[in-house]
Amino acid sequence: MESFVINLLNGLSWGMLLFLISLGLTTVFGVLGVLNFAHGSFFMLGAYLCMQVMHIIPSFWLGILLGPLSVALLGVLIERVLLRRTYGRDISFQLLLTFAILLILDDAVRIIWGPGYHVVEPPVLLSGGFTLFTRTYPVYRLFIVVAGPLIGLSLWAFFQFSRWGKIIRAAAMDREMAEGIGIRVPLLFTAVFALGSWLAAMGGALAAPHQSLAPSMGERIIIESFIVVVSGGMGSFPGAFFGALILGLFESFGTVFLGSAQMAVPYILLAAVLLIRPHGFFGREV
Amino acid sequence: MELVKKYKTAICLILALAFFVACPFGLPVYWTMILTEILIMGLLAMSFNLLFGYTGLLSFGQAGFFGVGAYATALFLSTGSTSLMLGLAAALVAGAITAAVIGFLCVRRDEIYFAMITLGFGMMLYTVAHNWFDLTGGSDGLPVMNVPPLNVLGRQFSLFDPAVMYFFVLSVVAVCIFFLLRVVRSPFGLMLTAIRENKQRLSFVGAGVQNLRLTAFVIAGAIAGTAGGLFCLFNAMATPDILHWGFSSRPVLMTVLGGSGIFFGPMFGAAIFFGLEQLITDLTENWMIFLGLILIPVVIFFPRGILGSLIHWIRTRTKRTS
Repeated sequence: MESFVINLLNGLSWGMLLFLISLGLTTVFGVLGVLNFAHGSFFMLGAYLCMQVMHIIPSFWLGILLGPLSVALLGVLIERVLLRRTYGRDISFQLLLTFAILLILDDAVRIIWGPGYHVVEPPVLLSGGFTLFTRTYPVYRLFIVVAGPLIGLSLWAFFQFSRWGKIIRAAAMDREMAEGIGIRVPLLFTAVFALGSWLAAMGGALAAPHQSLAPSMGERIIIESFIVVVSGGMGSFPGAFFGALILGLFESFGTVFLGSAQMAVPYILLAAVLLIRPHGFFGREV
Repeated sequence: MELVKKYKTAICLILALAFFVACPFGLPVYWTMILTEILIMGLLAMSFNLLFGYTGLLSFGQAGFFGVGAYATALFLSTGSTSLMLGLAAALVAGAITAAVIGFLCVRRDEIYFAMITLGFGMMLYTVAHNWFDLTGGSDGLPVMNVPPLNVLGRQFSLFDPAVMYFFVLSVVAVCIFFLLRVVRSPFGLMLTAIRENKQRLSFVGAGVQNLRLTAFVIAGAIAGTAGGLFCLFNAMATPDILHWGFSSRPVLMTVLGGSGIFFGPMFGAAIFFGLEQLITDLTENWMIFLGLILIPVVIFFPRGILGSLIHWIRTRTKRTS
């Protein structure tokens, strides 16, 4: 029972991080039609920038505010200067472009902060542990378990009910029509790409006290979030949520039952989904 | 003149082959080795281009099959076998089988999904190579203790001689390229191009798009595996980093650099790539960042690639004058 609850919480906290990343990926794809390969690098950059802010002013909350915000600004720059030129071309050019950005950012992080590990302390409010049966469990992980769905839910409400959210959905459905009724689609695209980058970086900043920072941290998350969006169905909110949850839990319980073969779990899940439902749980396309 | 036009490809091929055969006699040993690497990586890039340029499938996991081939050769030779050709055949078969299994899953989706899935499975192969210590030696890699000599007409040549290595690689690569050329010019190759252009239409006229794609994927995997086997012999070693996505980006970059719409574009791109690498690694260790910085302007301004733009420019010029 004890190990069950602990694994459940571990799986949930990793799943919620995956959810935030997949959410950004899926939103950008849904609206812009662009798959952002550099999304994992934004995640990593969010964590590193949060750490950098905390080096100057030792406040986690300031780091989590400013880090993702600066990544969102970088997102604006990337969309305006680079990505914009490739709309309307074959989709592989956008993939290649974001892949180039991935290569640059990953190496840039390695140059600036070095190839070694870094540790970020959780804020005082959330540090320490609480007693769970006989063991202590870090409070911070619980915080992630709560924060993930909160951000997801507010984003969903934003898309569902607010005026801006409706405009974005309209543009995603039919770009020309939206332009026809006076929506400034280019501006909207920039905003959505910034939002996606912010979400990735937010996930990174939240993950910073949860795991150690290394230049390879973007690698694992981007591959797993690809698996989440492929199995959940690209562009689908509930798909991202359940996909992330299932993957997080599978991986956490996999460590118990499978030992070192646990690293195969995401790929087995991907293979299973491709065999049974090639378009994902919530995918709708033909 | 008519004769030249008719046998254009054959003449070009013979000229190119003559050039490559002459190279090691006029070049220092170091450049012969670079040229060997260009040929191997060019072959990998050409296998990638069969999927990308011809079939329209962007595979980010091609390094996975390359690495599988390298490990297959290393494992086969570590059993004590002295047959070079069987070692390479092991790489080819291993590449093809891995591609058949992974391809069976991948070809169910296309476009961005295909890119995501191949990237995922490619990294899965990397994880296996990196973590299965007993089989692959983990991050240390798997050394090939004794590279068997090459037997030609009863005489033995050691592959440790760079020139012998070069000619061995050149002949294997030439055979593979000839095979690829036959493939893309065959009715099957035209079907692949048709998939790229309009797969819906093709399936309406009764072609099995998924099976065609899978066949292309397996051929590309077999060629990539062979290239990996050569790479293993060249380095006398198989290491896990050649399965990593950083390595997968190389064939992608070479192809985009050279021109994906042209049969020899990837090979040309490989030559440019290694030229750049020689220049840049003199200056800095962080070579990936330069790859990215080069890739961006090529994608935005020269979507046809360098060789592609060149050929396009020549064609429009000749059309105007005639």
